Amino acid sequence: MGCELTESVLHGYIDGELDAARAADFERHLISCPQCAAALEAQEGLRSSFQHAGLYERAPASLRGKLREQLNPPAAVTAMPMRAGGRSSNWRWLAVAAIFFLVAVLGWRLIPGLGGNRGETELASAIVDAHLRSLQPGHLVDVVSTDQHTVKPWFDGKVDFAPPVRDLAADGFPLQGGRLDIVKGREVAVLVYGRRKHVINVFIWPATQPDAKTQSGSLLGYNWLDWRKDGMEMRAVSDVNSSDLDALRKLSEE
Amino acid sequence: MGAGIEGKEPDVLDSQERARFEQLVLPHLDAAFNLARWILRGRNDAEDVAQEAMLRAFRFFRGFHGGDVRAWLLQIVRNSCYTWLEKNRPMELTTEFDEELYPQPGVTPESLAIAGDNRERLTRALESLPPRSREVLVLRELEGCSYKEIAAITSMPIGTVMSALARARQRLERTLLAGNPVRSQEASRGL
Repeated sequence: MGCELTESVLHGYIDGELDAARAADFERHLISCPQCAAALEAQEGLRSSFQHAGLYERAPASLRGKLREQLNPPAAVTAMPMRAGGRSSNWRWLAVAAIFFLVAVLGWRLIPGLGGNRGETELASAIVDAHLRSLQPGHLVDVVSTDQHTVKPWFDGKVDFAPPVRDLAADGFPLQGGRLDIVKGREVAVLVYGRRKHVINVFIWPATQPDAKTQSGSLLGYNWLDWRKDGMEMRAVSDVNSSDLDALRKLSEE
Repeated sequence: MGAGIEGKEPDVLDSQERARFEQLVLPHLDAAFNLARWILRGRNDAEDVAQEAMLRAFRFFRGFHGGDVRAWLLQIVRNSCYTWLEKNRPMELTTEFDEELYPQPGVTPESLAIAGDNRERLTRALESLPPRSREVLVLRELEGCSYKEIAAITSMPIGTVMSALARARQRLERTLLAGNPVRSQEASRGL
């Protein structure tokens, strides 16, 4: 009585691992197979329970600490045995601390000026802040939908521009929804994409400058990539690697 | 520290190597710990084994020439976990999922949603699966690995990943709906 696809192809379909032709075949099959349709719904429900249950357990700080110690043996100290007494080594540490302090103070004052691009630095940090904020429970999406035809009209009347919305699930970037955010006092549209288990936020606002080549960078371990297209500026931020962000940019420009 | 095979400037090489390791491999520490935690079913054992696996990865790091660093690391973590299980809890590796204990229930999306809507229950159901079912689910659902990555990490032919996942999900479904899914594991550990 069972449908054998329920026990095989269905799973490749859920996981986005079928090629386009097989996925289309399976979608046609779903229409006429209530067993697969029910199983699909059940499995999708199970997947979302998995994701909401917070089963992922991060490494404890104690493990990080132990690894740091073991990977960084105090080589410098053993290489230079301090023959002098505690007194002089105290002085030495004091001197080291003083130099660090000086460098830190100088760096603090000089770097923004040296960068010459203070606005850019501020924007990058504002966007990464917004990305981090979005990862707090309940902050990621205002409109939850994988359907671009739901997400796009949702922005109507909420922002004074029309952000380009596309689902890129077939290319490994499923649309998860959208939200409004404020970055440096301006209301921006945000599209949320998934990439494996990671989240990519794409911030969109009307560009104030003409299209230019893409810019990228990283801050606090998050990568960002900025591009402009058709009068819109888009900035993707995520902890995925920069090549994934670039793939997303290319797809969105197609 | 690795014995300086190169003979000269081992310190410089080691520190460069260490920096590269910290940059490429250390960001995957959470993934390493999470996988170990689920294979071993406990945070304390996972911390020890993940630590050992990270140090082993550091020793092997010279042999890593690009590619998917997370999959490379998780493969080492997985092997360390199984070595540990063989030594400390060999029964777990031989206990098969008892299909008899979990008759195929009438699965409806609603009943499954209710059963899965509870962290405690989901954890227990997942932990009651055999390690090989558990690891594919963790890699797929928690770590977001592709089939190709799962194949690399578990040394499984890529063609069998889909059926392994299908089996694991069905088992999870059955344990979730069976209500009290810990019996067989508890019994096997008591032996």
